[in-house]
Parts: sequence; C-alpha cells; structure tokens
Amino acid sequence: MAKRAAPEVNAGSMADIAFLLLIFFLVTTTIEKDKGLLRSLPPIDDSEVEPPIIKQKNLFTVLINRRNQLLVEDEQMELKDLRQAAIEFLDNGGSTNAAGETCDYCKGKRDPSSSDHPDKAIISMKHDRETSYEQYMDVQNELVAAYNFLREREAERLYRRYYPGADNVYKAMLAEKEKNQFTPDTILNGRIENIKKLFPMKLSEAEPDDS
Amino acid sequence: MSKFKKGKSGDLPAISTASLPDIVFMLLFFFMVATVMRDSSLMIENVLPSADQVEKLKKDRTAFIYAGKPSSSFSQLGTEPVIQFNDAIISVEEVQASVLAAQAELVEELQPKFVVGLKVDKNTHAGLVSDIKQELRQANTLKVMYIANARAEQ
Repeated sequence: MAKRAAPEVNAGSMADIAFLLLIFFLVTTTIEKDKGLLRSLPPIDDSEVEPPIIKQKNLFTVLINRRNQLLVEDEQMELKDLRQAAIEFLDNGGSTNAAGETCDYCKGKRDPSSSDHPDKAIISMKHDRETSYEQYMDVQNELVAAYNFLREREAERLYRRYYPGADNVYKAMLAEKEKNQFTPDTILNGRIENIKKLFPMKLSEAEPDDS
Repeated sequence: MSKFKKGKSGDLPAISTASLPDIVFMLLFFFMVATVMRDSSLMIENVLPSADQVEKLKKDRTAFIYAGKPSSSFSQLGTEPVIQFNDAIISVEEVQASVLAAQAELVEELQPKFVVGLKVDKNTHAGLVSDIKQELRQANTLKVMYIANARAEQ
C-alpha cells in the first residue's frame, strides 16, 4: 500500500488566536509613563534644640489661601509672576553666606533688603487645608522651575564646553546621568553636585492650620 | 502556441496569509515587553495635575498612594476624598503601616531608596495631602514624588 502524505495542519486560524492574545494584552496593560516632582520630606525632629533664627529677608513666603489665591511676601500675586519673583529672590546675593563669601555668580539686583546668598535663601510655602491640589502643584512647579532656571544658567556658564550641541546643558547632564546609572560617572556626578550646591533647593513647607 | 497558454486561468492567485500569524505574534511580543500589567483597579477619580518640571519615576522602588473622591460606581464610600492603597481604601492612620509593608517587600538594596508616588486627583483639597505627608514622615519614608502629567514648558 502506498504511504499517504500526512495532511497539512490548517493554520488559517492561527492569526485569529494571536489577535485575541494581542487584544487581551492591549487591554490589560498600560505603557509605563509616570513622571512627577520628586521632593524630600523633612525628618521628624523630636530634639529640643532651638531652631536657628532665620532673618526675614532670607525668607520668601508663599501663602495659598482657600480660594487658591497667592500671597507672596505679603503681596497678592498671579501664578504667572511667581517664577520670576522666586528667581529674583534666589539670585539676589545681597550679602555673604555663612562662610563669609559673597555670591560672585549671582546676577540679581544685590538688594540688601532681599536674600543674602543662595545658600541662605529659603522659600517657605504654606497652604490652607481647603487649597486645591491642582493649585498646590502649580505653585510647587513654579518654584522648582525657578531653581531649575538658575541651575541651568550656571550649567551653561560652567560646562557648556562639554555639551556644545545640547539645548539645555543641565538637562543634558541629568539625562546622561540617567543613561549611565549602572556605571556611575564620578566626574559627571561631581559636576551635577557642584551646580546643585550653587543653588541648593531649600523649599520648606509649613503644616496647614487646622481650621 | 497553445503549449505556452496551458494551465493559465484568468484568476489572480490568492494572497498568502501564512505569514500573518508571525506578524501578529511579533506585535504581541512587543506589547508584552513594553507594557506592564495594570496592578490595581481604582475606586476613586484620579485626574492628575500637570507640571512641566517633571522627572522620571523609577518604578522598581515605588509604592503608589492614590487619593481622590470616590468614583461614581463606588458612591457608597461618600463624597469626601479618600485614600486608596493597592486595592483597598485606607484611613489616614493606616498609611504608615501600609507604606512600611510595601517598603519591606522590596529588594533589600532598593529599600533605602524607597519612593512613595502620590497620585492625587487635582480636585482634592491639599489638606489631605499634608495629612498623608505627615504620616510618611512618621514612617520615615521621606522621598515622595507628586505624580503629574507632563506638559510642554511655556
């Protein structure tokens, strides 16, 4: 008897099965895309040490009330003006820091009634319990933007030569750090630390009052 | 002459679909690799605020806390904003224990770098957020990330 060839398996429905699986994965999964503002909370301090006295001129107060209005340095302000006001405050450099150094990289007005040195300048933010989270985030965003603007400026001044093609030097540095996270580059990390030290982020948040 | 015309009918040959499964499998594997499983279903409204100074979040060291008003299908929870952690609604007092449990589940070398991602609805009042932050301070998990939608810089 002649041996018959085995009949071919019909693969026509294979595509349907694969499509079914594909659609299942499309529905049950999300593409990773979380981004946000990274902040550090202050640790709880139980010690009885007196907090250091901060001069009023080194403090930039931002209050947000329950109607989402801003009160900056005792004056009402629109959100769009906040970034510039914060930059002017941080960049003022009116006097010296704790080590007695003047701020030679500041380009501000050197107004003696505003902050002494970026080392000393503190932004203090306080909000009401009824403030909306959206407004709170917008204000945080503007204040972080002020720091990023100044750090970008310093990165431009100090390290432009290493990144001739980049639009934003500081961003390019951070992106490179991110890319090399498994093989840390000490020189690059040192440069980033250096820039962060020029404008240390001192953003304090006060507890809202119970009302 | 007829020799050459033999066997030629006027019909077009059918397009072979034999490679279609391969193409679809390729797509399937792409999506399997590029995406993650949705890990918890939300019981609250969660429209994130937007910000332009955002940084990327490293997912391997993060636990998420959600907050917002209960969504319409969970209206038995009331109308006041609540906190959701994983799949359960928790009270403010439970935040500390939940976060510490999440931290303990991480790989040991990532535990000191633990970050709490706050996914808070933009219509929530900020008082709830500061309650959560106060709890996080007590749990000594001090790195927080306010998750936001990225928008273009003005």
